[in-house]
Amino acid sequence: MKLDGQARSILPPGGGAWPVVGIRPTIGRVLLYALPLGFLAIFFCYPLVAILRLSFAGGVGGLLQALGTGYYWQVLAFTTGQAALSTLLTLAIGLPGAFVFARYEFPGKALLRAMAGVPFVMPTVVVAVAFGALLGPRGLLNQALQAVFGLATPPIQLGGLAAVLLAHVFYNYTVVLRLVGGFWANLDPRLEQAAAVLGASRRRALLSVTLPLLAPAVGAAALLVFIFSFTSFGVIVILGGPRLATLEVEIYRQTAQLLRLDVAATLALIQAACTLLLSLAYTRLAARAAVPLELQPRGLTARPPRRARERLLVGATMLVLTLLLGAPLAALALRSLLAPPGAGPLFTLAAYTALGENRTGSAFFVPPTVAIANSLRIATTTTALALLVGIPAAYLLARGGQAPQRGPFTRLRAGLYGWTDALFMLPLGTSAVTLGLGYLVALSVPGLAGLRTSPWLLPLLHTLVALPFVIRALVPVLRARNPRQREAAAVLGATPLAAWLRVELPQIAPALATGAIFAFTVSLGEFGATLLLTRPDAPTLPVMIFRFLGQPGALNYGQALALSTILMLITAAGFLLLERLRPPGGEF
Amino acid sequence: MRRLIALCALALLLAACGQPAATRPTPPPIITPAASTVPAGATPAPSAPLVVMTHDSFNVSEDVLAAFTAETGISVEFLKTGDAGTVLNQAILSKDAPLADVLFGVDNTFLSRALAADLFVPYASPALAAIPAELQLDPSNRLLPVDFGYVVINYDKAALAAAGRTPPTSLEELARPEWRGQLVVQNPATSSPGLAFLLATIAHFGEDGGYTWQDFWRDLRANEVYVAQGWSEAYYTQFSGSSGAGPYPLVVSYATSPAAEVFFSEGKLSEPPTGNLLVPGGSFRQVEFVGILRGTRNEEAARRFVDFMLQPAFQADIPLQMFVYPANPATPLPEVFQQFAEVPAAPATLAPETIEQRREQWISAWTEIVLR
Repeated sequence: MKLDGQARSILPPGGGAWPVVGIRPTIGRVLLYALPLGFLAIFFCYPLVAILRLSFAGGVGGLLQALGTGYYWQVLAFTTGQAALSTLLTLAIGLPGAFVFARYEFPGKALLRAMAGVPFVMPTVVVAVAFGALLGPRGLLNQALQAVFGLATPPIQLGGLAAVLLAHVFYNYTVVLRLVGGFWANLDPRLEQAAAVLGASRRRALLSVTLPLLAPAVGAAALLVFIFSFTSFGVIVILGGPRLATLEVEIYRQTAQLLRLDVAATLALIQAACTLLLSLAYTRLAARAAVPLELQPRGLTARPPRRARERLLVGATMLVLTLLLGAPLAALALRSLLAPPGAGPLFTLAAYTALGENRTGSAFFVPPTVAIANSLRIATTTTALALLVGIPAAYLLARGGQAPQRGPFTRLRAGLYGWTDALFMLPLGTSAVTLGLGYLVALSVPGLAGLRTSPWLLPLLHTLVALPFVIRALVPVLRARNPRQREAAAVLGATPLAAWLRVELPQIAPALATGAIFAFTVSLGEFGATLLLTRPDAPTLPVMIFRFLGQPGALNYGQALALSTILMLITAAGFLLLERLRPPGGEF
Repeated sequence: MRRLIALCALALLLAACGQPAATRPTPPPIITPAASTVPAGATPAPSAPLVVMTHDSFNVSEDVLAAFTAETGISVEFLKTGDAGTVLNQAILSKDAPLADVLFGVDNTFLSRALAADLFVPYASPALAAIPAELQLDPSNRLLPVDFGYVVINYDKAALAAAGRTPPTSLEELARPEWRGQLVVQNPATSSPGLAFLLATIAHFGEDGGYTWQDFWRDLRANEVYVAQGWSEAYYTQFSGSSGAGPYPLVVSYATSPAAEVFFSEGKLSEPPTGNLLVPGGSFRQVEFVGILRGTRNEEAARRFVDFMLQPAFQADIPLQMFVYPANPATPLPEVFQQFAEVPAAPATLAPETIEQRREQWISAWTEIVLR
């Protein structure tokens, strides 16, 4: 990494000196860093330890039994394999998209980017309905193909691993698009141009200049996609069929059906350990790959496609997005509007109007506006909390990549940062079933019982899952920012706060927006923990959808699809709004 | 300095993570009993609401509930925390400091586990007199029957008619080639109707003899039975008779599902699009129970609520709110039930104790036969 050496050579030589001169180490900073660590300790470690202690209270017999069962190792192998394949496929499809969104301006860009994030909030059973409506044996595509080619049997048979991979790409495309695309958009295109001037081919410039610089962001996206696919529950069992079992499925089975908490906890520990190891590996690699860069405003880096080749690339990306992500969502929206077969008009709003009526006089009736308001309240609170906790956490973790090259405790310190970083990823890789029970046990302590019905509980839980996204979006940018700019501001007389607000905030604002969008998304779509902890009078949209899909009848089905469509629209609107939020003077 | 900060941070973290271990050293690790936190003989404030813990599918009419509150002055708060199995597990894990006063929704497949965990206090409600003895599966009256339903196979009338065939007349027939690739069931490890149907087949085919339940499932697998994760997915994405229009014409569901299809059709259907496959051994009766949680500080109010659930107003409200049958046979049924909800002649029965003892074994054997 030549650039690395050059950039570092300008900085004071290693030894005890810290390359980043910012706020001096003060009590304030200790408090700042204590916030994320304390948050994690109270809201993650404490409930987890509570459930683990309870699970192993009777000894470690279940642990040994689970470890000695060959079947669980097969499940682990499958879980890992499908997650790796899903990650590779998502990167292969997502990276060209990230490039196009970073480098070109084209009509409908903001809308397409918003749409790409919508699958992330959709409950799996709804996605299964969407895929079925499109690709199922009696789906639109098969019916069309059968009609055109006069086939007797549906040509597309979706199931098994292929369906799982497709669904994981469908869900996670947005992670690559936003994390990599966001970083890429601020990368100075002149670096590549300089390489071209020096005689490098386009391919060479991409491989030896751009991709190494992007490595931390690509790694961050890959890590998140992998963990998501690794802990996947609904996608695997609903779309892949029951023969594909992941660890999460076994944890549910051991807990709900058999109440074998020790076996379940062992599997949850294995799952968490895999996440931890992977995050550690990533942290080491990412810290090594981090390079200070002159990040550029997006206005300078993106332009409309001019040559035929560029247009073709942009067009292809739009096509992939529309077919892969847009079509299933559109099929869902269409179905919510279709009238039942028979006489009368083809389309109807009956399902939507029924949402507002309490037809059965139920005491648990909740108008859709209330569910929307609940979802939005929880999602915005989560977003605020995730930024509040995530920004100091990201600053803390970004320092891990900037540790001095020599010094007495270098290894220890690097290791410490690595572990802390991995610890923040852990909530994503922890079984929702296990953590949910952990909360129950932890909150059964008399003094804490009040929190059980607190409106803060769900935002706090969602923040745990949202934090890794905020951190992963911010850390690459924080490591890449050039400290000399803020130093220059300080030399020119700016206070640390002013320097941060005027120089640094605009640079990290796009990453902050990305983190905020993911926090918002994670909260809107979160279902497992929400179902366990939500109050009946205050359900979120996914919980309402789940309730409707729990009863037979056309009206229930229609209302579930109508609410899903509303959820899609709200999500997309939320994205567009969040993208408009920019700090004053920030053009990045 | 920075090293110090990092070390402090880690120390803080470890301290926080390790704290429970330090302060509460011995098993049982959870919670001081609620009784010890309240002075003996303390009565709750009259305004404290009665908390009823239940599953997601619980429902009641607003006016029926309001009448209870008006009559007794007891306001009721509901806590819905997942499916029936999850709710029971939560009650077991928090039994020393109960989350609620009353738990509704333990069914006969979980009855033994609930009783073994000693979660409930006995209450011989006077309203039990009107409830058939065959539903009163707990002689100690810790769990009182409120409603029941039947898990059966539903079939898509139109799909079978289009194929020019009549519904199968026995479970055995489902394992024959002419019904290859027609049936959707749920995984008993993750779905309560899935488990109920498995139990029905175990009761019907038995565990010994020339053709056991295991042989039947082996044949079903060879006959390309589709295993779905849960009821919603099975019914709405795989079954052809629902609005989801999936590919399979037979699905494991409830005997009241056809009636629900009519009720939730917005008046568009006068006949259900689906029918019940009432074949010998093909149905399992699920009975749902209510109980007063041990440790309640509100036992008198809890008793009033249990009475209320067994009395006519609530019993009559059950069919259209939860699509199951009220436990009291004298309860008038709504028209859609009278017309379209059928009662299987001889549902399978298995003793709750047997179910609790053999559940793990049966599910494991089933998984081995059907999925691996």
